[in-house]
Amino acid sequence: MVYKSIDEANQAVVSKIIAGSPFLLDVVPAMDVIDEFKHGKVLLHAGPPITYDKMIDPVQGACIGAALFEGWADNEDDARKLMESGEVTLIPCHHVDAVGPMGGITSAHMPLVVVENRTDGNRAYCTMNEGIGAVLRFGANGPEVIDRLRWMRDVLGPVLSKALQTREPLNVNVLIAKAIAMGDEFHQRNIAASLAFLKEMSPSIVALDIDQKDKEDVIQFLADTDQFFLNIMMASAKSVMDGARQIQEGTIVTAMCRNGYEFGIRIAGMGDEWFTGPVNTPHGLYFSGFSEDDASPDMGDSAITETFGVGGFAMIAAPAVTRFVGTGGFFDALHTSEDMTEITTASNPNFPIPTWDFRGISIGIDARKVVETGILPVINTGIANKKAGLGQIGAGTVNPPMEAFEKAVLAYAKKLGFEE
Amino acid sequence: MLHTVIEKNSYQDSIVLMLLTNYLETLDGVNNVQVMMGTPANKDIFKTGGLATDELEAATPNDMVIVLDVDNEDLIDDVVKKAKTYLDEQSSGNDDENSGEERVKTWDKALEVAKDAPVALISVPGVYAASEVEKALDAGKNVFCFSDNVTIEDEARLKQTAHEKGLLLMGPDCGTGIANGLPLAFANRVRKGSIGIVGASGTGIQEVTAIIHKMGEGVTNAIGTGGRDLKAQVQGITFKDSIALLDQDPDVKVIVAISKPPAKEVRDDAVDLLRAAKKPVVAIFLGEKPEAHEKGLYRAYTLEETAKIAVGLLHGQEPTGNEDVAVKVPDVKLQPQQKYIKGYYSGGTLAYEAATLMNNTLGLHAENGVDGSILKKDGYEVLDLGDDVFTQGRPHPMIDATKRKEMMVSAGQDPETAAILLDIVLGYGTTDDMAGDLKDTIIKVKADAKAEGRELPVIATIVGTDMDPQDYSQQQKTLESAGVILCENNAQAVKTALAIVGHPVEEKPLPILPEKPSHVQMPAVSDRLKEMLTATRFLNIGLESFADAINESGGSAVQFDWKPIAGGNVELQKALLFLSKVDLKVGV
Repeated sequence: MVYKSIDEANQAVVSKIIAGSPFLLDVVPAMDVIDEFKHGKVLLHAGPPITYDKMIDPVQGACIGAALFEGWADNEDDARKLMESGEVTLIPCHHVDAVGPMGGITSAHMPLVVVENRTDGNRAYCTMNEGIGAVLRFGANGPEVIDRLRWMRDVLGPVLSKALQTREPLNVNVLIAKAIAMGDEFHQRNIAASLAFLKEMSPSIVALDIDQKDKEDVIQFLADTDQFFLNIMMASAKSVMDGARQIQEGTIVTAMCRNGYEFGIRIAGMGDEWFTGPVNTPHGLYFSGFSEDDASPDMGDSAITETFGVGGFAMIAAPAVTRFVGTGGFFDALHTSEDMTEITTASNPNFPIPTWDFRGISIGIDARKVVETGILPVINTGIANKKAGLGQIGAGTVNPPMEAFEKAVLAYAKKLGFEE
Repeated sequence: MLHTVIEKNSYQDSIVLMLLTNYLETLDGVNNVQVMMGTPANKDIFKTGGLATDELEAATPNDMVIVLDVDNEDLIDDVVKKAKTYLDEQSSGNDDENSGEERVKTWDKALEVAKDAPVALISVPGVYAASEVEKALDAGKNVFCFSDNVTIEDEARLKQTAHEKGLLLMGPDCGTGIANGLPLAFANRVRKGSIGIVGASGTGIQEVTAIIHKMGEGVTNAIGTGGRDLKAQVQGITFKDSIALLDQDPDVKVIVAISKPPAKEVRDDAVDLLRAAKKPVVAIFLGEKPEAHEKGLYRAYTLEETAKIAVGLLHGQEPTGNEDVAVKVPDVKLQPQQKYIKGYYSGGTLAYEAATLMNNTLGLHAENGVDGSILKKDGYEVLDLGDDVFTQGRPHPMIDATKRKEMMVSAGQDPETAAILLDIVLGYGTTDDMAGDLKDTIIKVKADAKAEGRELPVIATIVGTDMDPQDYSQQQKTLESAGVILCENNAQAVKTALAIVGHPVEEKPLPILPEKPSHVQMPAVSDRLKEMLTATRFLNIGLESFADAINESGGSAVQFDWKPIAGGNVELQKALLFLSKVDLKVGV
């Protein structure tokens, strides 16, 4: 223990967040980098630990899709039986240096982006964005979904991997800094960063000596997928936060995630322990014909973006999506971002926000401040249909349960000798 | 029946279109509607939502598509028109009047944003007030504490702390003040000027500042001390520091001190301090009938007299004893049984002043009243309807006249009632149109009495100025049109009532004795304290209307939306305190 006070420890964690330098190295099959896949049938999921029976319909749907994709079953009924049998080991993405969007279901043969935090030497992984509509992360598992996953495995992953090998690793901080100035907040909106990524990668892709159709398909897919960068952002944020949490002191939140059943947080001083509470249902704008009654409870590891200081925390950076906060528009977004400064520890000067008079993004959520003020982090999120496979029905914001922060603060106080 | 409207090459942001969709769904006759750009992905969403049409397929990603389910086709044009109007309004900008405000939710942030504010206003629930006052003092802020229910021990301790730090603690239970011409809490807008006020009473300060304003002079700083400052436990710490502050302020020419009579133990010190002032001082100890002035320390009996002596001194004129303009007695014919005056006040000090004048003039020898009943003897009655006993579960009488109306109606039916006294307090924190609220009741009360052959005068005064947020002259007109006898100030109103019942107040001019020597020294005044006199920036912790009053008056206030720590959970509060102090190297 080298820190005198919690404030000092928190400063040290925050300094590591600011110093974090994620680089995109490669795209590889999950089993190549995550040993757990070598031991029987394994699926990763978003959020804190959970059993299959507690998973909500879209997450179960995604498990079935992954089982079909892996060839563990050739029809939905068999896949469901397999999952119910308990034969498949479920592991939180966070436990194996990974993060996963929405359901976060990740299997051995899915390609993962590999991001290295060069400051601390640790790596983090995330699947690639599948686009919108019927997609696995929202629980869809029909033939079109499985076919796309196969294409991503056989074409998209290998092509991006080859392209990355012909160039310097991609410095993600540079992309973030550019895109935040172009109005991305990296959770709801990634279009600028996705285009910047395409700009970086397309010269390398078109120069590859591979099948012309594959090149065209890959370029087309990247051009169509506005949120492609989200998953790179998630892996990058994970790599930086994991680097920062090598300091095992203080009350800075190092992860926030949800599995559709529980919301879990980690704080630096409590290491790997999860503090959980029931998830909320997001508030937001719904596509026609849908309402909050149709909405799935909150899910996904994507709240790692807010943990890192973007997403809802940088709402003011993205005027185009501010309306999701409410109908107040720009000034509601401003208030949201201002509120978030009340529960964070510092600004990250590497990512100045032009619409915020070039103030840096707010970083280092202090669990103490959340409990003290009653101000909860604001997380931007897509809203899934609560029925598997029906996809996205809206977008909005969601808060974690206060309970998780209260438990974390009490547990850490007790660890340090606090007696009630 | 589904209808499709395609606006070619009309790009709109998807969020705007979701908001538009929500709006169109609320229109009568619309069963279902969706507006989106015609992208392939959006077409899928139309289909999932049961809004697939053939025309939809022709739309391109640059076209705005409205698919509409209405039974009556005539509605289509109307919906399209409304959609266009909505989009026009959206693009014309967002009027958010709060856009420029500064708003914080934590102390850390408050002290960062309001680091240049020399004064903090605190209006949090009483149980939390002491600790919040302490935080503000620790941060080097002068404190105006509106909150009440702070123990007198805490008050004494905090005032001592403030004094040692060279700061001022106004209150607790400080209802009004003026700092650098800006209204603090429930205050009137008055022009700036050369009279400085220190006062332990809310409406007392309001009445004196309003009268000074009406006389063409002004008040730049009126410092409230809270009602217990001159009690033995507190030793007048704030009173003394405030007098010292005003005495060294080159812009102050005359000092006014307003208080209930100080405790015996504090009295000599306090009066001696007033004698030590370099500037002429007017003092009023409410309830006390003074016997003589001293050179340099003049004594007033009523709030009116206080203001008028102060303005006289400012003009180089010592008190003459004619400060009270002789009351014109209106021509009112009372029935023989009409003997008693009823005063229904919203301002505590005004009620107290009425009770004092009635008690002394009528020789009632009434005990000091309790629980809002300031005077109750025979049929004479003066109520402070702002007292806690009357405000349980209902708004303050300066905001809501319900209780006052009830009292007026029942007094009007009492054949022994000779006159009803009222105060209408304007300024920040009070309702927009009290005169309008009371008008019908006044008319009814007078008419009821008349129906029984009695004339019943209703006598009122307006505490306020032409700069107040309410319309002063309109309030006057409303009251006069209801048949109210409107007096310039409260003392005049009470004297008028007393004259009507045949007991005019008779006053003799007081002698002016030579200056008496002072044995005390003015306390030193710190620079931080002086900053209060020229403050333009404030930290407002609690009631937002106080920040609004300052902002509207040309100052700027940072609004701190205060909430109890950890939602009031004691275990978590203790854990947080532990974590803030724990030493990670050695434990605690």
